[in-house]
Amino acid sequence: MSEATGMSRHIAESSGHIAASAMDFWKRYRKNKIGVAGLGIIIFFTVMAVFAPLISPYNPNLINSSLYLSPPSAAHLLGTNQLGQDLLSLNFYGARISLIVGFAAAAISVIVGLVIGLYSGYFGGWADEILMRVTDFFLVIPTLVFMIVIAAVIGPSLLNVILVIGLLSWPSTARTIRSMVLSIKNWPFIESATINGGKSNYIIFRHIAPNVFPVVFANAVMSVASAIFAQASLVFLGVGDVTDISWGGIIHGAFAFGAVTSGMWWYVIPPGLFIILVILGFTMTGYSLEEMFNPKKRGF
Amino acid sequence: MATLTFSSYIAKRIALTVVSIFIIISFNFFLFRVLPGNPITLLYRSPRLTLNQEKSLAIQFGLNKPEWEQYLLYIRNALEGNFGISFYYKVSVTSELIPALENSLVLLIPATIISVLLGIFTGVFSAWRENSKTDVAVLQTAMAFYAMPTFWLGGIFILLAIYIGGIPVAGEYSVGSTSILNLLEHMALPLLTLVLVYYGQFTIMMRNSLRDVLSEDYIVTAYAKGADSRRILYTHAVPNAMLPMISLIAINLGLMVTGAILVETVFSWPGIGYMIYEAIGHLDYPMLQGAFIIVTFSVVLANLLADMIYGMVDPRIRYK
Repeated sequence: MSEATGMSRHIAESSGHIAASAMDFWKRYRKNKIGVAGLGIIIFFTVMAVFAPLISPYNPNLINSSLYLSPPSAAHLLGTNQLGQDLLSLNFYGARISLIVGFAAAAISVIVGLVIGLYSGYFGGWADEILMRVTDFFLVIPTLVFMIVIAAVIGPSLLNVILVIGLLSWPSTARTIRSMVLSIKNWPFIESATINGGKSNYIIFRHIAPNVFPVVFANAVMSVASAIFAQASLVFLGVGDVTDISWGGIIHGAFAFGAVTSGMWWYVIPPGLFIILVILGFTMTGYSLEEMFNPKKRGF
Repeated sequence: MATLTFSSYIAKRIALTVVSIFIIISFNFFLFRVLPGNPITLLYRSPRLTLNQEKSLAIQFGLNKPEWEQYLLYIRNALEGNFGISFYYKVSVTSELIPALENSLVLLIPATIISVLLGIFTGVFSAWRENSKTDVAVLQTAMAFYAMPTFWLGGIFILLAIYIGGIPVAGEYSVGSTSILNLLEHMALPLLTLVLVYYGQFTIMMRNSLRDVLSEDYIVTAYAKGADSRRILYTHAVPNAMLPMISLIAINLGLMVTGAILVETVFSWPGIGYMIYEAIGHLDYPMLQGAFIIVTFSVVLANLLADMIYGMVDPRIRYK
């Protein structure tokens, strides 16, 4: 009984501690102009994605054949596409797929990269050797070509695109984590945990993982940017579900239906600007987090 | 570890390259076999092919033999450059891909050279004025281009070219023309797009590499001896800063190839990238698979070459 209350007090204390350190962290983060701007961009697009039905002037799926590739007008600020769909609404809704793919694929690649990096860094030996050769291989190979072939064969659903991007993007995370683990495992407290009879898994997840976590977090934010980029490129090339509304898909349509060669800038420019902005948002945030978490990079 | 001689360094690299090529071929074999659906229908059977073509494919790839024998035949065929028959063009995949590879190289080699040179130039410029406004401006410009989707920037150039007029935006030559001038005209926009998107990474690498070198003791010594600062930069610092660039360029070749695929698609440049794009649309799996193997082979071999050059110019790499 007393042990239970002690336990809950401990939990309460540590959650209070977490809240306090989160506040402290936010105070530091707020001073980082690049980071705040990046976070602002992410929030902007998240709001756009969540409230797309409220801010879009039309239902993006509404087909109107009398409005074939019409130029911007008061009714359709960015004109319409080859199906007469309102381009402004399509661009708002496009934020959804980009963010879903970005977050989901980044989550997969970071989790896989974290687990592989932790184990291979901690245990070393032949498993580590294989991991290093595999990551070398992935660093060299043009990953997009890999993704195209797999996605084209397994079928172009949204889930498949997420899986392909996520499962082919983990090696750089694994490598970063591995090199951190190599230095952390020589720290005295890990040594004392080992001497005290700590099991490998306990040491890895209880003592080492918390120390690499900040870098993993920064890495994950950057991974969202590259996943969004990869998804846009795949859809542009015609890999992926063309009925899903996405920015890459809008650009694909602009090329496929001759809008670009007819000079219809309103069709092709906005989705590209959105892609650039959202990628910059995640890159700036990730970069600032890395700078804050990595003392060596502080003050750069 | 024991001292590595140059030849054992090269031998290790060659062994790794062979392993990589083996992985690529095996991956392809299994990819089309672990997936649902009939692999034979995906790769060797299509209503578009003639009966004779299907029969010869069945013999070449041992389709009625056990799986392990098919695997060995597959490796042999891949090494001999036989990837089956294209469903769309109805001729061997290789006969379509070899000219496409040549067209890709015509675009990719100058693009790589120009991006690297531009990256080195802007990187040196930036590192020399570290943390100044010029440094920040150079880096921001490089990053801005780097963040642009390749296909989108290509689209912007097409819009501009159409607005200005007279600049070709598609293909490698005008119909019936084979002149160099005509080729260069067609190359201008795809080349510009590739260079602008990819030079930025080289700028940043060169800047950081040179910044590290400039803080080395021997540079400080050169200053202390009263050497001219320009002379220090160009004869001591830049050559040493360029060494790590070689392996970084090699690693980034894969990225350049990805860019080339997108750019070729945008400008209908008849290279491997455009073939991949068309194969996706035509569901031409043999073509897709052949293109994938040829592209990855090329990148792996280019890396081997870069490793060898690096080993020759930087003696430190041999002693690990």
